[in-house]
This record gives sequence, structure tokens and C-alpha cells, in this order.
Amino acid sequence: MSEPIIRLTGVRKSFGSQVVLDGIDVDIPAGRTTVIAGGSGQGKSVTLKLILGLIRPDAGQILLDGRDIARVRGRELRELRANFGVLFQGAALLDSLSVFDNVALPLRERTRTSEDDIRKQVLATLDRLGLNGAEDKFPAQLSGGMKKRVGLARALQLQPRVMLFDEPTTGLDPEKTLEIYHLFYQIQQQLGYTAIIVSHDIPKVFNLADQVVILNNGKALVFADPQDIQRSSAPDIREFVTKTMGDVYLSREME
Amino acid sequence: MILALIERLGDAALYHISDLGRMGFFLLSSVLGIFRRPFRFSALIRQIRQIGADSLGVIFFTGGFTGMVLGLQGYYTLSKFGSEGLLGSAVGLSLIRELGPVLTALMVTGRAGSAMCAEIGIMRNSEQIDALECMSIDPFRFLITPKFLATLIAVPLLTQLFDLVGIFGGYLVGVKLLGGNPGAYFSSMAQSVANQDINMGIIKSFIFAVLIAWICTGRGYFVHQIRGAGFGAEGVSRVTTHAVVLASISILVWDYLLTAILL
Ligand SMILES: Nc1ncnc2c1ncn2[C@@H]1O[C@H](COP(=O)(O)OP(=O)(O)O)[C@@H](O)[C@H]1O
Ligand SMILES: [Mg+2]
Repeated sequence: MSEPIIRLTGVRKSFGSQVVLDGIDVDIPAGRTTVIAGGSGQGKSVTLKLILGLIRPDAGQILLDGRDIARVRGRELRELRANFGVLFQGAALLDSLSVFDNVALPLRERTRTSEDDIRKQVLATLDRLGLNGAEDKFPAQLSGGMKKRVGLARALQLQPRVMLFDEPTTGLDPEKTLEIYHLFYQIQQQLGYTAIIVSHDIPKVFNLADQVVILNNGKALVFADPQDIQRSSAPDIREFVTKTMGDVYLSREME
Repeated sequence: MILALIERLGDAALYHISDLGRMGFFLLSSVLGIFRRPFRFSALIRQIRQIGADSLGVIFFTGGFTGMVLGLQGYYTLSKFGSEGLLGSAVGLSLIRELGPVLTALMVTGRAGSAMCAEIGIMRNSEQIDALECMSIDPFRFLITPKFLATLIAVPLLTQLFDLVGIFGGYLVGVKLLGGNPGAYFSSMAQSVANQDINMGIIKSFIFAVLIAWICTGRGYFVHQIRGAGFGAEGVSRVTTHAVVLASISILVWDYLLTAILL
């Protein structure tokens, strides 16, 4: 597989006495899609926040271009973060801003692009994501699926090298879920970013995955091929498969 | 048993110390946000409108009735000593030194402070603040500092309005209704109210503004780290109630301290 763009080595994180990550090692291959799966509360969001430098690990390294996100501050942290685009669980649009202003925000705040060019670029992105005509709406007026699209539009404005998605399809019906994943796939094909997707939609999301990471009891199990998970005979993986994925084979056949 | 008690005490102490540290850091960052570029002038104006202009009605109403009740009470009390002529002085001094700053601050806490706390808390819970940080947009400069500055500008002005309306409320009752001497009302006020009294009122209103903005936005900002607050909407509503109570108590305590220092 291609060179890793991000390397997590020996990453530990506890909150008080609760150990969430107990030393995980994961390489994220550049330009590919890594899916992070695992039961609720197993530290999937925490892992994303560690990669983004929003929280710091108790031990271990998170390297991007040889720089440790866990140890930089201030301007250097901002520089590293410029590599990332994030779609948060609830899309995290600013309630007080219109769709247009939300998407324009990174351009206005982080670049010197003229208002004319911002207008062109934002409208083009909205168009590409099937959001034309929504620019004057406010987040509260949007459906769940549209919010995710706007969130993605905003995250793409500064051409991130890595896109992180935290449960991008929660709250969407199965049809919308497939639609959103299809959109993700298309956009990634066009832009070539590295994608990290946290998701419950197993096995649907495995169709997108080049690599699957399963978080369980503070450990990370890495699979180069989603098929290996179902074939695996290791007892804790079998247990995980039956417990958290439910009837994987059944839902496979249904599609 | 005893060991468990000590452990719990120590735990609580540690929590409160780190909480205080967080809040100290928060205050510092809010102030430093003033010097970060680009300054969000339009956000400041919007906040002044929300905190200040939209509170005008409430301040008018409470200021007016406070002055009226002072006129009523003052008139009856003073007339027992035959000194109704001092009514203006009594109303003016109580409003300018105490009631104006304190009641304005309490009204703003209830009206705007609670709204600020809930707004920031919701933004924290829905990861809007994380999103700002991920876009390398300083949440203090972008979000907190405009609210902080707007409170600092609005509260002293609202206090002056409260005083003014209150003084006319007192006039309305003490002079127009109960038939006190109109000339004496204002001349006794002019004679007894000194610069020092006016300064005291202004200093108080500034300090109260800092307390309101600090406590209300700060509690909302750390809603995810406050022990026992719970999660989601419930967490925000609890923290908001808590912030309003804490801000109100702080205002009253600081009112006493400031009066003791400035007298
Ligand atoms: N800021 C925090 N403070 C305390 N505990 C936290 C914090 N963030 C996450 N946790 C805890 O860490 C665990 C993992 O959380 P998370 O990564 O959000 O789970 P998920 O895998 O469902 O996304 C949960 O038990 C959660 O309660
Ligand atoms: Mg999560």
C-alpha cells in the first residue's frame, strides 16, 4: 500500500481513570480511505480529535510529515491543521451564519481571496455537491443530509490533504446513506484526498474502504482488506464481528 | 471510610482548582482576543445590539418602577422627619451608587447572560467550537471577545439609563403624585451627589459587566468539562441555570466588596 501520510504510534489516552486508547499503532495510507469502526464509546471520535490536535495523547506520537501533532502548539499547530478538513458528526455548521457564509468562512478568515472570487468558488462547490439554491438558508432550515453536504463543502474550501468524517451518516435513512457515500466517493476521486471515515454503517462503508481499523477495548486492529475481518478466526475479532456488526453476512446478502 | 472521605475531599479540591485555572485562562484569552486581528467589528455591533439595545425595554421598565418605589418609600419615611425636601438626594444616591449598577447587572444577567451561556454551550456540544479550531479560527477572537466587549460597553450605558429613568420615576411619585417640592427634588440631588458617587457607580458597572461576560460565556465554553452537568441539552440547561445563579451571587458579593473599598 502507498506511503503513510499519518502515523500513530503507541498512542494512549485516558480520561480520569477511564482508559480509552491503550497504545494504538495505525498507519493511514495517503490518498486512500481508512474506515474506523468499533462499538459506541470505544474512542473513535477521540482518535479523530487526537489526529486534529484538539486533545493531546498521554503518550505516543501522531506524525504528519514527520512532525508530531501531539507536541506542536500555536502557529505550527495551525499549519499542521491546514492539512485537514473535517466533517463533524452533526456537521457543526455555525447556526448564526447562512449556508453561504458558513462555506465562505474558511476563505474569509484564512485567505485573502477577494469577495468576488469567494462568491464564485463557494457557489461552484455548492453546485458540485448538489446544493444550488440553498445558499441563503440557515442551518436550522436544512435536512440532515443537506447539513452534511454543507459541512463537506465548508471542509473542502481550503483543499485539505486529509478529510476526516465522524459518523457522517448518523440520522440519515438507508437511501440517503448510500447517496452520501456515493457522493464522498465521487468527490474523493476528483480531489484525491486521503479519507478517514468513522462509521457504524457496516458493512456498507466497507465498499469504500482500502483499510479498516477496528477499535476494541483500547486496542486497534488493522485490516488491509475488509474481507479479512469476516474471515478472521481470532476469537476477539469473531466476538466483535458478531457483537457490534450484528448479522454481517445477512445484510451483505440483502444488498 | 475516613480515607474515602479524604480522597473525595482531595478529588473535589483538585477539580475546583483546575476549574479555577480554566476560568482564569478563559478570562485572559477573552481579553487577549481584543488584540487579535482581524477584529470582528460587525460581530461586536451585533452583540451590542443583542446585549444592550434589546435590553432597553427591560431596563426602562425596572428602572422606572425602582425609582417610583423609592419615591414612595422615601417620601413617607422622610415626611416623618419633615424632610421631604431631601427626597431627591435619597433617590439619586441610592440609584447611582447601589441600585442602578446592581439591578442593571442582574437584569442583564437574566436576559443576556443566560442567552450567551446557552448559545456558547450549544456551540460546544454541537462541535461548532471544535470546527472553528479545526479551521484555525481562534474561538476567542471570533466568538467570545465580541460578547465580552459588547457586555463591557452595554452594561455601563444601561446602568446610566437605569439611573436616569429611576430618577424621573422618583420625581413622578414623590413630586407629581404626592406633591413634594419640584425644585427641592433636583436641587437636593445636585447638592448631595458628588463625582465620587458617580465614579463608584461607573466602576461597579464595569466590574459587574466583566463578571457577567466571564461567568456566563465561560461556563458555556466549558460545558463539557463541568462535573455533574450531564450531556446534551440537559447539560446546557443545567450549566446555564448555574451560571446565572453564580453570576448573580458574584455581583452581590462584589457589590459589597467594592462599596467597602470605594467608600
Ligand atoms: N472530553 C472528554 N472528557 C471525558 N471523557 C471523554 C471525553 N471525550 C470522550 N470521553 C470518553 O471517552 C470514551 C470514548 O469516547 P468517543 O471517542 O466519543 O466514543 P465513540 O467511539 O463512540 O466516538 C467515552 O466513554 C467518552 O465518555
Ligand atoms: Mg463518536
